Amino acid sequence: MSILGATTNELRVRLERGDVTSVDVTTAYLDQIAVHDAQVQAFLLVDRDAALEQARDVDAKRQAGHAVGKLAGVPVALKDVVCTKGVRTTCGSRMLENFVPPYDAHVVQRLKEADAVLIGKTNMDEFAMGSSTENSAYQVTKNPWDLARTPGGSSGGSAAAVSASMAPLAIGSDTGGSIRQPAGFCGVVGMKPTYGRISRFGLVAYASSLDQLGPFASDVSGAALLLEVMSGHDARDSTSVNVPVPEYSRSVDEPLAGLRIGVAREHFVEGLDREVEAAIRTALDVYRKLGAEVKEVSLPHSQYAVAVYYIIAPSEASSNLARYDGVHYGHRAKDFSNMIDMYSASRGEGFGTEVKRRIMLGAYALSAGYYDAYYLKALKVRRLIRQDFDQAFQSVDVIASPVAPTPAFKIGELVNDPLAMYLSDIYTLSANLAGLPGICIPAGFSGKNLPIGLQLLAAPFQEERLLRTARMFERETDWHKQRAKL
Amino acid sequence: MSYTVIVGLEVHVQLLTKSKIFCGCSTEFNPDHPNVQTCPVCLGLPGSLPVMNRRAFELSLKTAMSLNCQIAPFTKWDRKQYYYPDLPKGYQISQYDLPFSLDGFLEVEVDPTEGTTRRVGIIRAHLEEDAGKNLHDETGHGTDSQVDLNRAGTPLLEIVSQPDLRSAAECKRYLEELRLLLTYLGVSDCNMAEGSLRCDANVNLHVHQPDGQDIPTPIVEIKNLNSFRNVELSLEYEIKRQFEEWQKTGKRLGEVSKETRGWDAARGATFAQRGKEEASDYRYFPDPDLVPVTVTEEELDRIRESLGEFPADRRKRFKEGYLLSNYDAAVIVDQGAELASYYEEVALGCGDAKQAANWVTQDILREMKERNLTIGQFPIRQPVLIALLGKINTKAITIKSAREIFVDLLTEGLEGKPIEPSRIDELVASKGLALVFDVVELDAVIAKIVDKNPKAVADFKSGKQAAVGALIGQVMKEVKGADPQRVRQMLVEKLSQ
Ligand SMILES: [Zn+2]
Repeated sequence: MSILGATTNELRVRLERGDVTSVDVTTAYLDQIAVHDAQVQAFLLVDRDAALEQARDVDAKRQAGHAVGKLAGVPVALKDVVCTKGVRTTCGSRMLENFVPPYDAHVVQRLKEADAVLIGKTNMDEFAMGSSTENSAYQVTKNPWDLARTPGGSSGGSAAAVSASMAPLAIGSDTGGSIRQPAGFCGVVGMKPTYGRISRFGLVAYASSLDQLGPFASDVSGAALLLEVMSGHDARDSTSVNVPVPEYSRSVDEPLAGLRIGVAREHFVEGLDREVEAAIRTALDVYRKLGAEVKEVSLPHSQYAVAVYYIIAPSEASSNLARYDGVHYGHRAKDFSNMIDMYSASRGEGFGTEVKRRIMLGAYALSAGYYDAYYLKALKVRRLIRQDFDQAFQSVDVIASPVAPTPAFKIGELVNDPLAMYLSDIYTLSANLAGLPGICIPAGFSGKNLPIGLQLLAAPFQEERLLRTARMFERETDWHKQRAKL
Repeated sequence: MSYTVIVGLEVHVQLLTKSKIFCGCSTEFNPDHPNVQTCPVCLGLPGSLPVMNRRAFELSLKTAMSLNCQIAPFTKWDRKQYYYPDLPKGYQISQYDLPFSLDGFLEVEVDPTEGTTRRVGIIRAHLEEDAGKNLHDETGHGTDSQVDLNRAGTPLLEIVSQPDLRSAAECKRYLEELRLLLTYLGVSDCNMAEGSLRCDANVNLHVHQPDGQDIPTPIVEIKNLNSFRNVELSLEYEIKRQFEEWQKTGKRLGEVSKETRGWDAARGATFAQRGKEEASDYRYFPDPDLVPVTVTEEELDRIRESLGEFPADRRKRFKEGYLLSNYDAAVIVDQGAELASYYEEVALGCGDAKQAANWVTQDILREMKERNLTIGQFPIRQPVLIALLGKINTKAITIKSAREIFVDLLTEGLEGKPIEPSRIDELVASKGLALVFDVVELDAVIAKIVDKNPKAVADFKSGKQAAVGALIGQVMKEVKGADPQRVRQMLVEKLSQ
């Protein structure tokens, strides 16, 4: 079996047995990048020599008989939103074109401790704001299944990299669906854990109360393993929650007996693509056959999720992005006449349109006289959205839904229609607002051979249940085994 | 036409923590090495996150409890947003609508001699991070400005008073009392030269009208006053200026917007600032990177027990327990806890609280001031002073001799010699300062001197009392260390025979 077709577990077994070395594995992925990334444009930075050096180090460690980490020798791609010490971190923005962090993000430390090989940094919508990766200041990533289409976003580079077998694993961030939606568009597994499960230390903030890092993999077991490595308490992030981390990769194959799956009536309404709806209904039948009970639940406030999200996220973003002022680091305009002018020129030049749009939205929502009507009200509705879920999870274990109303749309299709773009996140936003874990797994293809994703949500810190539920489906289907022809 | 002065003060106090409020960097004052006490968090680098320093919060609780404030069981952090080069994140982490403490007061002794006090209300005390320091120029016309972020993230406690202060002098007294309390509590060193205590003053006047009504003048905020002297001077100036302005324009509160003024110490005048504050909207909102802070009753109890004695209580105790005057009690207590404790130990040790107070408020304070010493650096420690005062009480030496020994001890101590109580005996002996009680010896000398001075004896007998003075001098010359009072008494007895 070729290296590129292997799952993460298969790679680990072969590395452990000594059938292949990390240098072999890393070389295979680097070659795949070299051959296909000119088309796909998933990566913003690949340092072949640095990756191979890490691979050689792990091989040497293993050959010397030392204990090695859980991801020893396995390549992992990083969304360019996590800080990497000494390695440029751009966030897809001109603003940070030359920003080299002096420290590693918590997840990067965890990956290094697990002896993973950091293979490169992937493209994204600028500051993670977008649903198509078209808002990157550097390049437009293509969907490996159809190069005329977007891979979704904002973690489009990471999703496309795994989908195009340029990395077996990748890390993304999800503020309103930015892992799950591109996973669905690209036909891979993507997971957003509970808010607080993974430290945000070193994750460049978009909207702090919604941002959460998570894994991409070609299968559920790979996602479980990467999540296990990334998770855990970190004193440097006050919102990191000190809850023990189960060994997700050990339990993932155990099916759940008496599984109760909720289907929200609000999720199957106008705007949902018919092929997508059919794929989800078929997936529910698979679960029924496995003995699961499928029940209708109601999430009455989910209709407000888009509105609430587009107040809270831009409000936090307007504040989080204030630090990019050209004073201490980042882009500084060349010509300015005074201090205020320096600020506006640097920010005007450094940020792209969508980022500016959201900063303006947020600054407006937080302004004196508007705060109560917008931000405060949004916080109240956010609480109601969470209460809907709390209520629903009293009678079901997971909630199943489409991950997006349609399969991948065309590049340029929604660029001039921000509202339609925002609505493409309608199924994913609620999980961020409620802080819940969610996973997206491959669940079929459209007539145009575009992947369709099934989203599963669970109550806080029920990642293990979510992964086992996802794996039950994956075992019965072979959607995840399909690979895009490049 | 008369008026009442209305002043409220906002005091920013740097808390005495080793590390900054949201990261582990040192808070040391280090202006000569800019930007060395920094890390990704206080530099505001992308991806960095704040974590609250619990110690800073505890010191704040301690202060607020001492200011008789209500402590909120639940408090949160807010972002105050504005652009300025010394503010690396583009916002300051502060507390907006749910400060950790509210509604307290401080008793201020406005007249130490009379011991009269005024209760100054405290609206709130909240915790926030300090900004860095701009080394200017910010106009863009001159040379480049530079920014030092060593100070960025230092914990600051902002204490906001009610507009209860009625004069510049009262403001100064309030600040002195506040500083004393903070140093007693050990929550701040209040070193104004290093910026550990800074003050903004909100001031206006209520002008009394013939019909008995008061007209309030527009409120002016004087920003960034960095010494008590400047607070007093700027307020005196501003009070006068506002009254003249009112006489000229008749503008009252509400008719013009609140003005921000700076203080030019060199010119001795306040000046209008084109404040970044004016008409600005800070877009406060809860900081999503920090979790709300809860305070338990147990924690409050623990802190309450650790508070110790407040300056006002100590003054009262000194007055009642040691029978000190208002003035002496205030002078001793206001020097700080260390001097007050020094005094108390000496008072108890020598058994004469009044004598101890005289020495501490006169000799010691004078020497400390002249030699620029703190009481901690003062070489004559409590046991030595106790021994010295003991010698006066037992009439072993005179007060004058004691002063002489005191100066010798101080000189030797400052030369680095260890000063033990035994050194006093050595000095008394070598200088022959011991009071002589041998009546026989003294009688013999007096008899001799009387014989030698028939003229003086005759003068005395003819009524010239002053003649005895010359004789006392001669006796004292022969018998060093004799008590002059006793010599006079014996001489008079002899001459009256
Ligand atoms: Zn720091």
